[in-house]
Amino acid sequence: MVSCAGRLPGKEKARLVRDAAGVGLAVGAYGLSYGALAVAGGLTVAQTQFLSLVLYGGSAQLALVGTLAAGGGGLAASATAALLGVRGLFYGVSLRPVLGLRRAALLPAAHLLSDESAAMAIARRTPPERRAAYWVTGSVVFLCWNLATLAGALSGSLLADPEALGFDTASSAAFLALVAPRLRERDGRLVFAAAAVVATAVAPFAGSGLPVLAAGLTVLGLALLPPAEAGGAKRRTIPTRHGGAA
Amino acid sequence: MSWSWILLAAAACYLLKLAGLLVPARVLGRPSVARVTGAVPVALLAGLIATQTFVSDQRLLLDARVAGLAVAALALWRRAPFLVVVVAAAATTAGLRHLGVGA
Repeated sequence: MVSCAGRLPGKEKARLVRDAAGVGLAVGAYGLSYGALAVAGGLTVAQTQFLSLVLYGGSAQLALVGTLAAGGGGLAASATAALLGVRGLFYGVSLRPVLGLRRAALLPAAHLLSDESAAMAIARRTPPERRAAYWVTGSVVFLCWNLATLAGALSGSLLADPEALGFDTASSAAFLALVAPRLRERDGRLVFAAAAVVATAVAPFAGSGLPVLAAGLTVLGLALLPPAEAGGAKRRTIPTRHGGAA
Repeated sequence: MSWSWILLAAAACYLLKLAGLLVPARVLGRPSVARVTGAVPVALLAGLIATQTFVSDQRLLLDARVAGLAVAALALWRRAPFLVVVVAAAATTAGLRHLGVGA
């Protein structure tokens, strides 16, 4: 894993670590609020932290805690978390050709899979950059997330109102920053707009998790569109093996 | 909440991630398939952003979150560094809530 980063120029490596630290800080703010909300919602500190270490999925964990706090019970809370976890399946499918994993790296790679590591890897241009971005971001974010959720759980009631500090918007802004490079291409813009509209339209009728999954299905619409090159948007042709992924 | 539900949720999420990474390469070798799967994170993140910004308890709601996200979009368009984007967005939302605007 470290050897992947080793093949990059120093400047690129430094940028990667700096970006990862930025993502880690944003995730930390999110993690603080999750930890506080989890304990307030009825989980023990050990349970809160077990989810961070093993389930390790910010939105799945928050959805679990949210469902629990809303009186949903254990089954509903776990089902919601698993539903948000389906996202991991899609990320895995899109990352497999990008990462070129060996068998031994498969289990840790699956564990470090998150919105952030997937987005950082896919935003990069070349395969070595993508691999390095995945492992660096994945490790930094895992560490920051776990430290922050522990701090949040321990401080619990101290951080009574994470929303007063705008933590919810911080995570949306972080997601937007992660997806921004893809919005410079036609496919990315179309999918982004369609998915946002679908998620918002579905949300009033379906519980947490489902709107995001419905948004994921909008990519199937791309199969109906001709590739961007034919549409005249060839400002920048990137010679990657996996055409649309860059 | 009982530990059994927690273990079940954790196992489900991990196995889903692993399953995604195990799909055979030949299925994904075709450019048409790669184009669609490569766009999946964009769609999912767009869905997350939209629901986190416009939805509250299954209701559509325009509040201080929208202003925060707009500031983030503006900062990104001006090519601001990641941290500036995130902090500016959070500060905007927090400031508006503090003033009681769109809270």
